[in-house]
Amino acid sequence: MTGINRLPEPFGSQVQANTVIQFQFDGREYTGMQGDTVASALAANDQWLLSRSFKYHRPRGALTMAGQDANTLVQLPADPNALADVVEIEDGLRVSAQNFIGSLTSDRLAFIEYFSRFLPVGFYYKAFFRPRGIWEKWARFFRSKAGLGVVDESCIARDYDKQYKFCDVLVVGAGAAGLTAAIEAGRRGLNVILVDENAALGGALNYTRLDSGGSRAAQLREQLVSETLSVENIEVMTRAIVNGWFADNWVPIVRGKRLFKVRAAEVILCTGALPQLAVFRNNDLPGIMMTSAASRLMHLYGVRPGRNAVILTSNDEGYACALDLLDAGVKIRALVDMRRNAGETPLTQAVRAKGVPITESSAIYSARRSGNHLAAVEVREVVAQGRLSETGNQISCDLLCMSVGHMPAYQLACQAGATLDYHDNSSQFSISNLPAHLQIAGMVHGYADMDAAIKDAKRAAVIAANSVGNTNEEIPLTDNGATPSETVNFDWPMFAHPKGKEFVDLDEDLQMADIINATHDGYEHIQLVKRYSTCGMGPSQGRHSALPAARLVANETGRTIGETGVTTARPPFAAEKLAHCAGRSFYPARRSNMHYRHVEAGATMLQIGNWYRPAHYGDDKRTAVESEAQAVRNDVGIIDVSTLGGIEVRGPDAAQFLNRIYTFAFLKQPVGRARYALMTNEAGVVIDDGVACRMSDDHFYVTATTGGVDRVYQSMLKWNAQWRMQVDLANVTSAYCAVNIAGPKSRQVLQRLCPDTDLSSEAFPYMGVRTATVAGIPARLLRVGFVGELGFEIHAPQHAGEALWDALLDGGQEEGIRPFGVEAQRLLRLEKGHIIIGQDTDAMSSPAEVAMSWAIAARKPFFVGNRSIRDLAARPQKRALVGFEIRCSAAPVPKECHLVLSDERMVGRVTSSAWSPALQRTIGLAYVPADQTAPGTSIEIRTDGGVMVSATIVPTPFYDPDNKRQDL
Amino acid sequence: MPAALLKYALSRKYPARHAFTRRRDLKKRYDVVIIGAGGHGVAIAYYLSKYHGIKDIAILDKGYVGGGNTARNTAVIRSNYLTEEGVRFYRESVEMFQGLSNELGFNIMFENRGQLTLAHSDAAIRSFRWRAEVNQHMGVRSELVDRKTIAELVPNLNLSEDSRFPILAGLWHADGGTARHDAVAWGYASGACERGAELHQCTEVTGIETKCGRIAAVNTNRGRIECGIAVQAVAGMSSIVADMAGIRLPIHSFPLQAMVTQPYKPLLGPLVSSPHVHVYIQQTSRGEFVIGGGSDPYALYNTRSTLEMKETLSAAILELFPFLGQARVLRQWAGITDMTPDYSPIMGESPVEHYYLDAGWGTWGFKATPISGKTMAELIATGRTPDIIKPFELERFYRFQQINEAGATAASH
Repeated sequence: MTGINRLPEPFGSQVQANTVIQFQFDGREYTGMQGDTVASALAANDQWLLSRSFKYHRPRGALTMAGQDANTLVQLPADPNALADVVEIEDGLRVSAQNFIGSLTSDRLAFIEYFSRFLPVGFYYKAFFRPRGIWEKWARFFRSKAGLGVVDESCIARDYDKQYKFCDVLVVGAGAAGLTAAIEAGRRGLNVILVDENAALGGALNYTRLDSGGSRAAQLREQLVSETLSVENIEVMTRAIVNGWFADNWVPIVRGKRLFKVRAAEVILCTGALPQLAVFRNNDLPGIMMTSAASRLMHLYGVRPGRNAVILTSNDEGYACALDLLDAGVKIRALVDMRRNAGETPLTQAVRAKGVPITESSAIYSARRSGNHLAAVEVREVVAQGRLSETGNQISCDLLCMSVGHMPAYQLACQAGATLDYHDNSSQFSISNLPAHLQIAGMVHGYADMDAAIKDAKRAAVIAANSVGNTNEEIPLTDNGATPSETVNFDWPMFAHPKGKEFVDLDEDLQMADIINATHDGYEHIQLVKRYSTCGMGPSQGRHSALPAARLVANETGRTIGETGVTTARPPFAAEKLAHCAGRSFYPARRSNMHYRHVEAGATMLQIGNWYRPAHYGDDKRTAVESEAQAVRNDVGIIDVSTLGGIEVRGPDAAQFLNRIYTFAFLKQPVGRARYALMTNEAGVVIDDGVACRMSDDHFYVTATTGGVDRVYQSMLKWNAQWRMQVDLANVTSAYCAVNIAGPKSRQVLQRLCPDTDLSSEAFPYMGVRTATVAGIPARLLRVGFVGELGFEIHAPQHAGEALWDALLDGGQEEGIRPFGVEAQRLLRLEKGHIIIGQDTDAMSSPAEVAMSWAIAARKPFFVGNRSIRDLAARPQKRALVGFEIRCSAAPVPKECHLVLSDERMVGRVTSSAWSPALQRTIGLAYVPADQTAPGTSIEIRTDGGVMVSATIVPTPFYDPDNKRQDL
Repeated sequence: MPAALLKYALSRKYPARHAFTRRRDLKKRYDVVIIGAGGHGVAIAYYLSKYHGIKDIAILDKGYVGGGNTARNTAVIRSNYLTEEGVRFYRESVEMFQGLSNELGFNIMFENRGQLTLAHSDAAIRSFRWRAEVNQHMGVRSELVDRKTIAELVPNLNLSEDSRFPILAGLWHADGGTARHDAVAWGYASGACERGAELHQCTEVTGIETKCGRIAAVNTNRGRIECGIAVQAVAGMSSIVADMAGIRLPIHSFPLQAMVTQPYKPLLGPLVSSPHVHVYIQQTSRGEFVIGGGSDPYALYNTRSTLEMKETLSAAILELFPFLGQARVLRQWAGITDMTPDYSPIMGESPVEHYYLDAGWGTWGFKATPISGKTMAELIATGRTPDIIKPFELERFYRFQQINEAGATAASH
């Protein structure tokens, strides 16, 4: 035997008696059966207490046995806040309880509830702030008590992933309605995915008693399940939760460690209804549960839910449960029916016939506990809405089963935009205003009667089939005549007690008075009630508190329950792990074709956007950068510039298009020439630069910055969507690799590898563009000079990168060729006074401020930003980017973004700065006030630690001011 | 146990204090009509009624008090901005937050937890140094910190050099903090109502009447009301409401999404953000992790949430805190952010006389609630724009005098 509460077969359809499993709960060993959840195995061993509540640390046990309440949250290794009534036991599983100090049975924080009068609704808004500053101390205290489970920081959830799926019809929920909808849709040839969170198909048919004999549910289940399995095009997913609804039937399903993302043409929600709480004093004790929870314990897990039971009901479900309990050998001390007249149905008759004492027109006034479990209830007569007689009967019991009403599982439908209406005659909410291609069927649609629910599912399936197949099959009607048994909700199952503790929201320990007092404090809108009282904010997201809160608030504020409504249902339906949402993270890294050559050569790699680039070769940054720079200045160096953006612009309007996108003039640009291309946004701010190479009349190859190319390409597409010019645009960044060979000996090296093209200064001048073959590789050659030496950019098919790199290094051995990295390039360009967009510019930099007015073709009729640039030109310029130098070698080198101060005021900032080995002084660029740019002007820079350094404004370029070296 | 709670324990009947105006009819005329009962709108009413003696005020809201972006934001309070104008403005706001509970007699639960923004590239280090230098110059506690200091501030952060985006440095803003966002609106609203301002919830403005270039009346679903002065404080709807007054604002509105996990025992003190992976996180005093990130990439007025954003936010936060994969998402939601071209608000006078703007609050509205209320009230009461908000006038866009905070806002709320 695995526990003293085990029942013999046929109870326990989900568990296998012959497979015994050992696990731990709170340090004690327990045994359960294969198929048991943690909660069911513990219940079998008479362990009902599972957790301590959020605020008052009250003892709590399973309420729904369906993973719908927060009472069952337990700690697993690396899985805090796991649902004990969902997680199945495994051998050696170690489970602990959460949120207590001391032990679960005797929590040292349980005293808090005796201070509940000091803790009225929103108490933390009303105190703890005098004197000023004291809250921070209280906050630390409250924080230390907050939270439930413990996140194990040493455990990383791995192996989560995602999968896409498509179907004609997604049926959510595999109860009688869901199975029927799937069968009917499947038989009509549609591809169906049928999803259910439970292990077995059939939903409530697995545990609910439909008739007095007790055989109908099983027969119906058997019939529907075998039909479902016989239809080929139904894919069944069990233990899977449809966890949200997003626009256009985009539906996430969580199963195991996988998140399925399903696009469904039609969705049919057969999500059923969630049983609701009766609200009375101590309605949260372990031993008090929904009738469906008791039924689940018996039928699914073979666990007797108690020995002496009281049933509180307002519908036939209580009677069905009574028959099941009797079958399981449970004594029924009383069946308390809140209705005035229980009526004569086969179920009520059967219960009466068994001699169960039935008390009509009565309810429970309070429950009493012994230890941490229910010991007795007091039954009183209902005299008016929410009011009971002055005296009543104490009945001792260890189990109370409640069935006082349902709330349709509206969450997914409402995420899709559906709305809720309240019906006073049936005392329940119904769902309306569903979007197209989404339907509800069965219990969620208000059909509690099994036959009606099945008919309703057929209706939904036919509508879905008509929509998918564009057919006109006649839509069968659902039986709309409400029978007495369909009215399951009692209109006011809430009874205040002078001593309180009648819980409306178990997650947050909110009593009736808390909700009522929130409205008296002025928080009358249901959303304000939620925010002020925290009702519905806990782990079960108001599954049980929404309906009673709506009723209480309506009553207090003189509105109808429909007007009051419930708070917005937001995804996800059930709490889902961040690991599920993340899956395998997708942060692609981009490496040039030459990447591993840099690594082999000992490069330190630098991440720029998604790209890796060589910063410098060798460990010591300073010596590496100096010697690399020296090689370029004196001999020849190569740098991998594959990450530079490349965009092909082709078509009859190519030149015209560039003329609008960039500030320069391109119409008369000759083929075989490159032009500097500066891009501004509509505000006239510099946002990118590159060169535009005219390959033929209607073909330009445009480069862009590494970090900017995606934005540039996107903005080109955006503009052309408006302009509709005759151009094709392609971002070919990753199709090309590129190497810049620079230095006085670069021509010598390249010419040797490039016999088919004359590289001489006459044949191939500065800013020329050629197509050529380099070491047998077809390439585009651009004669440009970012670093200020004679140089060529070689753009070749990306797969040839390594071969090109090797050929250049081999071919230049004689000249002492060596690779240089981004750091050396930054230094070399700074020596030339060339700016880097994004470093030397900011979100306000106009071309004039960065001395780029020469790159504006002012007479063009239009380019993006031209109006702003014109307007700006008419106003006084505020600041300018200038070069500065610091001759004193002992002075600290300012860092980028150190401030320029004048009389303690911020007047500018450094954007680039470095010690130049070639010039033997510190040089840099800085913004200064536009009226203080004259060479020779002294500026004050505040460096690290507040050390002030004087610098002198000097003209740029710092190095080779006449640009002779790049023109060689 | 604080004495303030004694009365609740000792009195027989719950000593309720109705915080807001009870439902009543609108008057025909008010001196001041405030459109929008979010934090800003009710703060304006509070400062007008308490410090300027103006009490004939109607605050109108189509929903409930504090139900728009005040309810949806992630409650980050900081002043580590980039421009002199921005830092001065938000610095005073942070100072006001520090004493706000006592000012209002309502605990808004301000906690000075500190905020850490992470740099994963040398470009980010540069921009952080810029902010730190400007902040320090203006007396705001911000500093560029290295990996060692980061490890001391947030020991459980993933500082592995092998991670996809290794953390290189951080911007530590010791003045940063958080507060209970709803409470800020409730405290102000309750203070304003107590002094005679009328809060009308579920009252939607449907039109704005002007006469000779001057505000005349406001039409609502509950009738027309005349007013001497009107101000709009409707973050998320700024351009729509301004349009009713015939004013075109340079605003594009985008959804910004966030999510919250179940409550867990505390493990994260400071607020942490990474502009690079577009994510920020804080653990509330209830133990929940609030996670937010970048805006949706297209303009929209719909506050639906998307699966895609939840996926990218989750992936991003696991880069920083891989062990949080165990934590479970409880809810996700969205708000609408009114983005201006320079990421600074639009405050002050409008082309319509006596119609004032409190708009363009993008992702920086909550943290400016006290200072906006105070300065807008001063403008309304005196007719003079206070110096501290002068730079944020709508007119700046006509004069090319933007206050560009782009570098200090993207995903670092």
